[in-house]
Amino acid sequence: MKIEHILLEKKQVIIKKWFDLILETYPAETAKFMKAQRNRFGNPVGHAISEGIEGLFDELLQGMDHDKIALFLDNIIRVRALQDFTPSKALGFIFILKKVIREELAKKIRDNKLFEELMAFESRVDDLAQISFDIYMKCREKLYKLKASEAKKLTSIIMQRANII
Amino acid sequence: MANKPKPDELLSNINYKPPRTQWTDTPVEFKKGYYCYAGRPNNLEYISLPHGRKWSSTDDDWQLVDNWKEIFLEGMENLLKKFRSFRLFMDICVRCGACADKCHFFIGTGDPKNMPVLRAELLRSIYRRYFTISGKLGKIAGARDLTEDVFKELWYYSYQCTECRRCSVFCPYGIDTAEITMMARELINLLGCCTDWISGPLANCYRTGNHLGLQPHTIKSNFEYMVDDLEEFTGVRVEPTFNRKGAELLFVTPSADFFAEPGMFTCMGYLLLFHKLGLDYTWSTYASEGGNFGLFTSNEMMKRINSKIYAEAKRLGVKWILGGECGHMWRVLHQYMDTMNGPADFLEEPVSPITGTKFENAKSTKMVHITEFTADLIKNGKLKFDKSRNDHIIPTFHDSCNTSRGMGLFEEPRYVINSVCNQFHEMPENTIREQTFCCGSGSGLNAGEIEELRLLGGLPRANAVKYVKEKNGVNMLSCICAIDRAVLPPLVDYWVGDVDVCGVHELVGNALIMEEGEKREIDLRGEPLPGMEEKEEED
Ligand code: SF4
Ligand code: SF4
Repeated sequence: MKIEHILLEKKQVIIKKWFDLILETYPAETAKFMKAQRNRFGNPVGHAISEGIEGLFDELLQGMDHDKIALFLDNIIRVRALQDFTPSKALGFIFILKKVIREELAKKIRDNKLFEELMAFESRVDDLAQISFDIYMKCREKLYKLKASEAKKLTSIIMQRANII
Repeated sequence: MANKPKPDELLSNINYKPPRTQWTDTPVEFKKGYYCYAGRPNNLEYISLPHGRKWSSTDDDWQLVDNWKEIFLEGMENLLKKFRSFRLFMDICVRCGACADKCHFFIGTGDPKNMPVLRAELLRSIYRRYFTISGKLGKIAGARDLTEDVFKELWYYSYQCTECRRCSVFCPYGIDTAEITMMARELINLLGCCTDWISGPLANCYRTGNHLGLQPHTIKSNFEYMVDDLEEFTGVRVEPTFNRKGAELLFVTPSADFFAEPGMFTCMGYLLLFHKLGLDYTWSTYASEGGNFGLFTSNEMMKRINSKIYAEAKRLGVKWILGGECGHMWRVLHQYMDTMNGPADFLEEPVSPITGTKFENAKSTKMVHITEFTADLIKNGKLKFDKSRNDHIIPTFHDSCNTSRGMGLFEEPRYVINSVCNQFHEMPENTIREQTFCCGSGSGLNAGEIEELRLLGGLPRANAVKYVKEKNGVNMLSCICAIDRAVLPPLVDYWVGDVDVCGVHELVGNALIMEEGEKREIDLRGEPLPGMEEKEEED
C-alpha cells in the first residue's frame, strides 16, 4: 500500500484535524465562529483556510502544481501576514499538517513500513513552507509600500501644483 | 537533509495556541498597526478640547489629570441623562450574540474584543459598577472598576470601531454599538485623548473650513488646474464660481474631491453636469468641506463644525443646498444637522430648477443628495448619455455605511450607474445595501499608522469585490463616499489587484453628452477611451 492511498483514504479526517488545529491559533471565541459560520462572505478567513488546506492537500497528493499551490497559500497567508502573528506563527499552519499525519497514520506507517514514503511526502510539505516564506515577505512588502505611498499621496497633488516636487 | 531540523523538533517549538484569558483581563496589549497616534496639544487647544499634552499612546503613563476618574464618571452620568438611548443600550443587551460575528473588525482581526457585544461591554462594565445599585454594592458580575488600564482598553477598542452600524442591523433589540462607541469617544475627549488623525483635520477644518487647511486662493487655483484638465479631456470649458452671492444653489462636497485622486475625477463629473444644466450654483471656500470629524469626537464638536454650512448658505443668500458624494457628511446632514443647527427657515424647500421636482425628503434640512438630484434629471429625460464611453469599465457598487444604514440611499446611485454604464454587477447580497461591509477606515480611522487594522477591517468588503472580479470581470469599484475613494484603492490593491475605484459622478461625466455630435477620445482620467478611435472611423 502506498502512502498516497492511505492519505487519500483518511483525507477528511486529516483535513478536519488540520483545520481544527489551525483554528486553535486563534482565541477560542474566534475559532468557534470560524467553524460555525458557513457563509464565505460572512467568514472569509475561515473560508480561505478550509478551501485552502483542502486544495493544498490535494496538490500534495496529486501533482504539486506550483500556481495552484501559490494561490491557496496566498489566500491564507495574506490574512495571517496582517493578523497578530509572528512570522513563524503565521506560517506554522503548514507544519501542523505533519503533526496531524504522524498522529493519524502512525500505526499504518509502522505496519506498512512506509517511513521513506513519509519522508518524501514530508519534504513536499517543506516545499510548501518555502513557497510560503516568499509569499509572506511579498505581503509584508506590499503592506509597507502601501503605507509609504499613502503618506506621499496625501500631499503630492498639492505639492506638484505648487511646483515643489 | 542532514541540517534540516526534524519535523518534531520544529513542532515542539511551535506554541500555536494563544493564551486563554478572560475578556476582563487587563492590561491590554497595544499591537503595532492597530493603535492610532495621540493628538497634539496645539490641535486640541485650537478646537478647545481640554487637557492637551504631549503624550504617546504607548506610554505607560498617559499623564491623565489627577481627577480623571471623576471627570469620566461625571461625563458618563451626564451622557446617560442626556441620551435615553445610551442608558437603554447599557441596560437591555441580553448577550444573545447575534451581533458578535457581524463586525468587519472581528471578522478580519479575529480579536474577540472586536465583537460588538464585547466592545460595548467595555463601557457597560463601568456602567454596571458605578450606575447600578448592585454594582455599587460590588455584587454584580461583569462590573469593573475604572482603572487606567480599563480606560486604555476602552480607548484602544473605541478606535477599532468605524461606527458603521452593521451590528445594529442584526440586534433583535436594535442596540446600536456605533452610538456606544460615540459615547466612549465623547468621554475619551473629556480627558484630552483624541487621536492625531481626528484632531488634526478638525483643527484645520475649524480654522479654514476644510480638513487640509486649504485657504481660498489655494482652493481656487486647484480648481483652475482641474478646469484646464477637463477642457483638455472634453473640449468643454466650465466656469465654476466661488462665494458668489445670490446664486440659486450652494454646492458642498468633501474637500478630497478637489485635491486628491480619484475624488478629483468625481468632481470633474459634477462640473460637467452643472455646466451642461447651466445650473445657477456656487462653491463656498469656507463651507469647503462636507466631511465633519466632529462626528467622531463629540456632539458639540460635530455641531460646531457643521454650523458653517447653514451659515454660508445664509451669507450667500442661496435658496437651498446640494451636497456631493460623501458618507459621514451625509450622516451628519441627514440625521443631526436639522436639530443641531436648524431650522434653516431662511432657505426654501428644495425644488429642482430643471425638472421642477420637489425633494420632499429634504423639506426640513433643505439639502439634497447629488445622486437624488441626478437620478431625478435622468428619470425626467433631461440628460443624454453615450454609455459606450464607459464600456471599458465594469463597475460594482459599494454602499458606504453612512449613506446606506445612515440614510437608506440604495436605489438612486444604482439607477444612475445603470443609466450611464452597460455592465453593472452587484456584489453578493449579504455584503451590500443595509448589510454592506465597511471600508474599514471610516470614523476617523483612515490613519496611516493603523494600515494593518484597516486592511483587515476591509477584508470582508474586499473579499466580495474579489468574488465579482473573478466571476464577472469587475474592474471598477464605484462608491459615493470620499473616504471610500481614499481608502478603497490600497484596500483592493492588497486583497484583489487590478480593480480601480471611482465616484458615481465620474461615470456620469464620462458618459454625459455635452452637445450633439461631440466626440470624446479621452475619459476623465485623461486615459484614451478604448475603441473610440475605431468607432469614429466606422462612423
Ligand atoms: S445582538 Fe443586541 S442584545 Fe444580542 S448581544 Fe448583540 S447588542 Fe446584545
Ligand atoms: S458599529 Fe461597525 S465597527 Fe462598530 S462594532 Fe458595530 S459592526 Fe463593528
